[in-house]
Formats: sequence, C-alpha cells, structure tokens
Amino acid sequence: MTDQHEHAAVSNRAHPEAPARSSGIAVIPTDAVANPGFPPERPRVTDLDPKVEKAQERRIIALFFVSIIGSIAAIVFYIVFPIIPGDMQSVRNNTMFVGAAIALALLAVGVGVVHWSKALMHGHDLVEERHETRGSEPTRERAAEIFTEANEESGFTRRRLLRNTLITAAVVSPLPGIVLLRDLAPIADPVPLLKHTMWAKGTRLTRDPSGTPIRAADVTLGSAFHVIPEGLNELEHGKLEEKAKAAVLLMRLKPEDLHVTPGRETWGFDGIVAYSKICTHVGCPVALYEQQTHHLLCPCHQSQFDITHEARVIFGPAKRALPQLPIAVDDEGYLVAQSDFTEPVGPSFWERVL
Amino acid sequence: MTNEQPKRRKRGRRHPLAMVALIALGLAGTGGAYALATVPAGAETTSAVSSDLVAQGEALFAANCATCHGLALEGTEDGPSLIGVGAASVDFQVGTGRMPLAMSGPQAEVKPVQFTTEQIRALAEYVASVSPGPAIPDEEYLTGEGADLAIGGELFRINCAMCHNVAGAGGALTEGKYAPPIMGVSAAHIYEAMLTGPQNMPVFNDDNISPEDKANVIAYLKYLETTPSVGGASLGSLGPVSEGLFVWIAALGLIVGITIWLTAKSN
Amino acid sequence: MTSTATPPVGAPQTPEEPGKGMRFVSWASNYIDERTSVSGFVKFIGRKIFPNHWSFMLGEVALYSFVVILLSGTFLTLFFQAAMTPVHYDGSYAPLKGVEMSAAMASTLDISFDIRGGLLMRQVHHWAALVFVASIGLHMLRIFFTGAFRKPREVNWIVGFLLFVLAMAEGFTGYSLPDDLLSGNGLRIIDGMVKGVPFIGTWISYLLFGGEFPGEDIVGRLYMLHIMLLPALVIGLIAVHLVLMVVNKHTQFAAPGATQKNVVGSPILPVFAGKAAGFFFLVFGVIVLVASFVSINPVWVYGPYDPSPISAGTQPDWYIGFADGMLRLIPPGWEFELWGGTWSFNIIVPIIILVLFLVVVAFYPFIEAWVTGDKREHHIADRPRNAPTRTAIGAAGVTFYAVMWAAASSDIIATHFRLAVEHVTYTLQALLILGPIIAYFVAKRICIGLQKKDREIALHGFESGRIVRMPSGEYIEVHQPLDAYERWRLVSYESYQPLMVRPNAKGKIGFWQNFRASISRWFYEDRIEPATQKELDEGSHH
Repeated sequence: MTDQHEHAAVSNRAHPEAPARSSGIAVIPTDAVANPGFPPERPRVTDLDPKVEKAQERRIIALFFVSIIGSIAAIVFYIVFPIIPGDMQSVRNNTMFVGAAIALALLAVGVGVVHWSKALMHGHDLVEERHETRGSEPTRERAAEIFTEANEESGFTRRRLLRNTLITAAVVSPLPGIVLLRDLAPIADPVPLLKHTMWAKGTRLTRDPSGTPIRAADVTLGSAFHVIPEGLNELEHGKLEEKAKAAVLLMRLKPEDLHVTPGRETWGFDGIVAYSKICTHVGCPVALYEQQTHHLLCPCHQSQFDITHEARVIFGPAKRALPQLPIAVDDEGYLVAQSDFTEPVGPSFWERVL
Repeated sequence: MTNEQPKRRKRGRRHPLAMVALIALGLAGTGGAYALATVPAGAETTSAVSSDLVAQGEALFAANCATCHGLALEGTEDGPSLIGVGAASVDFQVGTGRMPLAMSGPQAEVKPVQFTTEQIRALAEYVASVSPGPAIPDEEYLTGEGADLAIGGELFRINCAMCHNVAGAGGALTEGKYAPPIMGVSAAHIYEAMLTGPQNMPVFNDDNISPEDKANVIAYLKYLETTPSVGGASLGSLGPVSEGLFVWIAALGLIVGITIWLTAKSN
Repeated sequence: MTSTATPPVGAPQTPEEPGKGMRFVSWASNYIDERTSVSGFVKFIGRKIFPNHWSFMLGEVALYSFVVILLSGTFLTLFFQAAMTPVHYDGSYAPLKGVEMSAAMASTLDISFDIRGGLLMRQVHHWAALVFVASIGLHMLRIFFTGAFRKPREVNWIVGFLLFVLAMAEGFTGYSLPDDLLSGNGLRIIDGMVKGVPFIGTWISYLLFGGEFPGEDIVGRLYMLHIMLLPALVIGLIAVHLVLMVVNKHTQFAAPGATQKNVVGSPILPVFAGKAAGFFFLVFGVIVLVASFVSINPVWVYGPYDPSPISAGTQPDWYIGFADGMLRLIPPGWEFELWGGTWSFNIIVPIIILVLFLVVVAFYPFIEAWVTGDKREHHIADRPRNAPTRTAIGAAGVTFYAVMWAAASSDIIATHFRLAVEHVTYTLQALLILGPIIAYFVAKRICIGLQKKDREIALHGFESGRIVRMPSGEYIEVHQPLDAYERWRLVSYESYQPLMVRPNAKGKIGFWQNFRASISRWFYEDRIEPATQKELDEGSHH
C-alpha cells in the first residue's frame, strides 16, 4: 500500500527535528483547540496548616507502630497457637492468627507509607520532557556504520559459502538436543498399550477399592457397582495406569429396558451390564448413574450416555459410546469378563482405528 | 373460682360471676375426665403399640399416600409401587420431608416434614408389614463408634462424590435434576438413602457397601460436618468457581479501591 | 511549572559537621560508585516522572502479587516433595491416615496440617496466583481500551501478552503439583486433549507423562517447569517489560499541560517510590488477609488422585476456565474416522478457537496500525469512548471470553439457578455467537452517545439545574460553561476518517487498498469529531 493516498505527512509533535511520520487517516483539524497549559495549583491542607501536617505525621508514626506490633504479634501467635496434631481447630487458629497479624503489619505499613507520600511529600506534579524513541540521526548513522565496518572486517556478506555453512551449522546444532528428549517415555510403542486393558477371559469383576469379587446375585435392580479387575490391587507397578483403562461401572436394569444390538446378546447377564467408566471425550470417570432414567453423566463436560442403548451419547461433546465389557457368570456365581474390551477405551487418539 | 372481695349486694348463686364459675367448672371437669381417660393408652405393651402403629400407619397411608401409590401399595400412574421398599425407604422419604411430593416428577425436594416421628414410624411399620424390604438401620451403624474414617472417605469419594461433591455440597444431574447437599442430614437418613436408592440415586445394597462400610461412610460425613474448615471460610465448598468469583469481586475489588485512594489527590 | 532541576537529594544543607550516619552513607555511595558507575543510573532514574491514575497501577498489582508468589513459593519448596512414589500417609489428618498416595500429596498434607504457617503459606501462594493472573488480565484490558499498545509500545504489548500466557502456565503447573483428585482430573483432561491432536497426539501424551497416563513422572516434570523454567522466563520478560516502559516512558491521559512531548506526574524519588512501596505492602497485606480467613484448594477433601473417583463440580482454576468451557460447548458427535486416522474435532475446534482468540489479542495493535496507517508515536492515552470501534471490539472480545469462562461452571449455574444443565449449555452456545455481536453494537452506540454528550457539554456547558424565567416568559435552564481546563479533556482527542481510495498510476485500485478502505470505513465511518476552536467561539456567543 502506498502513502500517497493518505493525508500529507504531518510533523511528528514529539520532536521537530526528526523526520515527519505519516499520520495515516487521522483528522488533523486546522483550528484544533489549544492546550490551556497547567491549571493553578491547589495546595493541600498539610501544605497550608502546619498543625494538620504535624497531626498527619503523628498518625503515620502511629501506623508504623501498629505494624511493629503486628509483626511481633505474629511471632507471639506462632508460639501461642501451636498445632496440636489431630486438632483441626488448632490448625485453623494458627493459620488465622499468624496470618491476620502479618496482614495487619503489612497493611499498616502500606497505609502509612502511602499516606506519607500523598499528604506530606512534595505535592506538586513535575514535568519531564519526552524524547523521540528513535535514536538521533548521528547515532543511527554511527550504528549503521558500525555494522558496515564489522561486515567489511569479517567478510560476512562477502564470504557467502562461509556464511551459509555457519548458519546451517547453527540451525542443525540443537537437533541432537531435541532427539535426546525421546527417552522421556519408554521404548515401547504406546499404541498397543492404549488398545489393551487388564481385562481378559475369566477375570473376575471386583469392588473398587477393596478388590473383593462380585456375585451376580449381589447386583440388584438399580445398583451401581464401581469395578476394578481382579489382581489390580496386587500389581507391583502400573496400578493407576491399569486402573485408568480398566475402571468399569456395573449396573442392573430390567432386561426389557435394554436395547441390545445384534452380536451383543450375551454380553450382559439378566440385565446386568458393564461399561467402561472412562469417558470417551477426554477421559474423566463417567460415573453419575441415574437409576430411573438410566442416563450416565460425566461431570467434567456434561457428556451423557444412555445405558438402555448401549451407552450411546445423547448430549455433550463426546462422540463414541462407552465400550461395553462382555461379562458372564462363572460356576461359583461370580461375575467374570468374557474377554478384554473389543475397542480401545477412553479418549480418542489418532491411531485408534488403525 | 371464688369472689375475691365480699360483695355488698349479691352473693352466692345470684352473683354475676357465678355463671362464669359454673362454665369454668364444667370445662375443667370434662377436660380433666377426657385427659384421665386417654392417658393410660401410652403405657401399653410394645406388641400392642406395634399393631396399633401399623393400623395408624394404614390410616395415614390411605389418607396421604394412596392417591399416588395405590391403597394396596400397587402403584398408580402418578407413583410407583411400594411393594418391597421397606421401612427404610419410608423413614427416609417421609422423614426428610420429600414425601408427600409437592408435584409428581423425578426430583423429590427436601421440604418441611409433614408428620411427627411417631407417625413416620407408623407409616414405615405399615409399609414393611405389607411386604418386607430394607429395614431401619440399627443404632450401632449410626453412632460412628469404631468407624474407620479412611475407608469411609475412600468409599465416599468413589461411590458418592461424583454426584454429591467431595464435600457433600451437592451437584447437577441431567435434565434439571440434582443430587442434594448432604451436610446436616441425620445418620439414619444417610444410611437409608444408600440402602434404598431413592429417586434417581443408585441402590447401594448391603452386598455393595456392607453395613460396616456404610457406618464408615456416615462417620466420614459427620467428621466433615463437625470439623471446622482449617483454611477459613469455605465459600460453599464449590471449589475453583467460588474461589475465582471471590478473587474478582472481593480481592481485586478491594485492591482497585486501594488504587483509587492511592492516586487521588490528597485533601 | 517547576522543572526537574531541584537540589540533589541527600546532600547536607547546613554548614555543620555531617552526622555519623551521613558520613557512612557518603562513604558507601562513593565506594559503590567507584566500582559500578551507579551515580549515572541514579541520575537517570531518580527523578523520572510517572503520571498518576489509578488504572496505571494495575500492572503493579501483577508485579507485586508475583513477588508474593515468589516469597511464599520459596517457603513451600523447603517442604514440598515433587515425587509420585506411593507412600502411606502418616500425618495428622485423620481421614487420610494410612491411605496410599503420592509423596507429593503427602508432603502437601504435611505442609497443611503439621507445619506451623504451612497452610497459611499455601493459601497465600494460591490466592496470590489467582490475583496475579486476574490483575494481568485487568491490566491488559486497561492497555487495550486506552490504546496504550500503539507505537512505540507494540513490542511491549507482545511481551505482556507472553507474560499473560506464561502466568496461566505457571498457575496450571502449580495447582497440579499436589496430585490431588481435582488437579489430577485436570491432568487427565489435558491428556485426553493432547491425545486428540492428529498425527502426533498419542506420542506427545506418551512423552509428556513418561508412558501411559498417569505415570510417575508428570509431577516432577511440572515442578521443574513451575519453579525453574517458567519463573526464569517470567522474570526475564518482566525485566524487558519494565525496561521498555522506562525507555518509552509511561502514557498519560489528556490533561491541561500534558502533551505528546512531556510527562506530568510524580518523580520516582520520593513520591512515586513511596506510593509504590506502600502499594506493595498493601497488595501483600490484602493477599495475606484473604489467605488468613478464606479457604482455598482444600486438597484433603479431594483426596489423592485416582482414575476412578471424581467430584461433582470439577473445574480448573478460573484462568483456565475459558478452555474448559469451550470444551463443554461443543455439540455432540464431532469426531470422524477419515483416511485411517481419528479426527477429534470436539477437541481440535476448541484448540483452534482458543489459539485464534489469543493470536487476535496478540496482534491487535498491528491490525489497528495497518488500518489507520498512523505511524506517529502516541503517548496520550485514549478515553475508551473516543475510540468507539476499538472499544466495541474489546467489548465483543471480553464477552466472547466471558461466555467461554461461564460455560466452565455450567453445572454449578444449573444447580444454583435451578436450571437444567442442558438448557444452560444451549443458552451459552447461542450467546457465544450472539453475545459478542450484541456487545459490539451496544458498546459502540454507548461510546458514540457519550462522545455526543461530551461535545454538547464542551460547546454549551453543563446543565446547572438553575431554571431562569426570561422577561419574555420563556423558561431556560442555565448552562454552566466549562473553563478551558475542564474543557480540554473533552476536546483534545483525535479522530480518524475512513481511507479514500484513489486509483494508482495505472488507474487500478489494489485489492489490499480496497480491503483496507472497507475496514477503515467500518472503524471510522460513524464518528464524532472533537469540537474545534471555531465551534467553541460560535457556541459561546449564545
């Protein structure tokens, strides 16, 4: 874009010697109102009346004394209000009294210093000249000259291969540092890990957090059990990582209320169904089960899943239904998984269907 | 009632206040006789009270509940069947004022309790007598003695906090329903709610959360209720939302007020 | 008006022998000056002038709350253990005794329940962090609405914007350190969002958490960021920010005697330093006061992080709210499997919207500079009403941000106002689009209306409330004219007018010229120009 269509360049009001800067589409009226200059001074009470000045000074001194008392009080309270292990009120008292005393000390000093500045220190505004931000012409010329001299003496522009190889070397040198970050995570490929959980054929469903197995008969109509796979609590490592994929919600509905898609007829047991508890949106535990409506609500972003329709999404930002864990009953009456989930649980990731 | 000062003219039966005295005597007489006649009813044996209680409950039920729940507890269009709900359900629903419902709908709000403790017991006994169901919990699970707070806390966070909030401050459910705050609720009612799964709350039967574990959960809730908030005012225990509002309104408000004072010209 | 040529501070005024204290100060000053040339610095900075307005102090609120954060944070680092190794809690908080948790959580509980002043320092640190980010936001709004981002301060705007982002990052990494249920679920959400990034998301999540979520590395890594890398960047950028402010000098509002060529106000020594120092103690005091009486982030109620439990009302700290809210506002089903990969637009779209919003905020000064073509320096701060389109754009931006922020608490709005969370969501989805549009129009009209009122008052004075009956029987209200000093504020602003396109030498109008002209029309067609001297003279003859 060109300057020629804009208003004539107007002298920069900041500094007359510097080159004029374009004012763009600003309206520069020829008869603008002139600045009337500084108004008459308005002296303060403390400037006029020495008794008031003295009184304010005493007030400020008093505030500083209050601050000293506050700091000492904080130390005293620290000792006088110790924490008695197990006594919550003592923790409250310690926090409150020490804190209030420190606050008093700080506020008193603050009010005192501000009041001193406002009421007693020199009250009139002073003026300072601004200079244009750009350097003066001689300075700029000398700066440009310095670069020219440095360029000539080093041959930076002249020696092109030297310069280009240097730049390439500089650009490439951080790359090993980036590669070093690979071992932030283990060698193993994450994708298969995300596609499998602890659940397998025969794994018993157990209560969270105790790990005791669940009988089908325990799960009465309207129940909601929070479930972890048998063996989770006994893991040496990776307990939370496995739980973050294997947590399951077990519910019992009337069989006639369940709409079962072909192929999943054997996945439940007499109205008892199990779904992954990990939300398919971004992974919060989706656990708010409404016994009458059969809706399952996730508290993070309010995705809702309909258990009567195999946990399909009925509201909120999620897309995929919660994966269903196929369950059966073993010969002792305990609920067991028939297999792992048939799709990856939890939030989506790029390689999910690859 | 006697005349306090001797009358100069009329005395005895002809006295103007004699009629008043006679009426007062009559009232005292009949009232006293009535009171005397009904007092012994409270001193009867428990079995007699129980059957009386069931009968009282039946009468109360017919008058207050049958329109929605059916005279034989079979349910109607307006209310579900109460077969098998047990005394625990009745004690909870009626004892917290939820029942009778002000309006038929999925959310039963806590409102002023409409019946006396005895009437609630009567209703509970009656419903339990029609068909057995979860019973009112024993005292031993409600006192908190010997309870394990750590287990109670863990169970509460896993089973309850997602609806009722970690501090029991309540939370939203779908379509306008909500899980109410549970601070200040009696131990018996908490137990009964877990056991019976009222309205949309899931059922936590004794095979899911055992009576001992229910006692642990209740003890944990009572601990939260009775322990002072160590950090200070808890702002409703709603977490970062109320903390953020407080910062913008109170803290920044105060600080901006200070800046206005600070930069104002001194008097 | 007095100049800065006042007698040097501290020099003995009387011919008497200087006291012991004075001799020491002289000796010390000489010692330091002979080794550091500090006298040059004192001369440069000692009587620098800073203008006085309450809104100029918001940046200081941020600076001082940052100092409070540093002090309280240092205390916490003496006790906090940033490790995720599982331990069994053995401190004084009864309901967590024996419970398995990370060492990070256990040490946080120890700080809260077993170290005197520990809970106080935790609360001071967290409240100060909330005040820090809030004051940066308020400060940025002040800069925006007064146009203080214009030349020569565009670079400082970028520096400040970076500080804003860094402050949010500091806050997020900080509240995730205790590894409690609330912040742990926050990390879970971040993990879910990262995983939703196409092509590289799975690997970034894997590298970030050192394996599968949650892993045992994340708290340690966030700790490094929180106490080392990010504070270093923040401190460095604050230094750049302040140096630029000193070099550019502070802007000032239009006032009699204040021009583009000067700064009117208080010198650093003693008045401004006094007020600034006092203000530091006041901000510190307010934060400690709040921390003594109001609870924040009670991690013991949330318990240790576990992937299974969660609390109703799970929200991040307020400054991350706009991101969480944006996630909540996406309608159902925005995810597709295309060309072999999973495209989670329910995550990609919020990320794009948030990044675009921040980018527009960062680059606004350059957009406005391009529209106006104004290459002069600007040292007089605008009154917001005198830049109606900018103010309206700001109002729209604030509304957009506020709707996203409100959406983060949709479930709490639902319970507190007895609404269905679905209705709250639908309303906010509509407001996300409509709100900024309505806010824009309302703000612009209010600005123009205020400008009209200012012009009226400048020309005709303000209504004094005195009704006078003329001899002819007419009633008039006496208008009290303003004196030149009162009037200056109302007439001293500059207005712009839309670009007039003219064909170039070839007779063509370029695309960008045309585009710029349209934008400038949008910005400046509706305008109220300030009253000129001629109009004032005409007006005063009534």
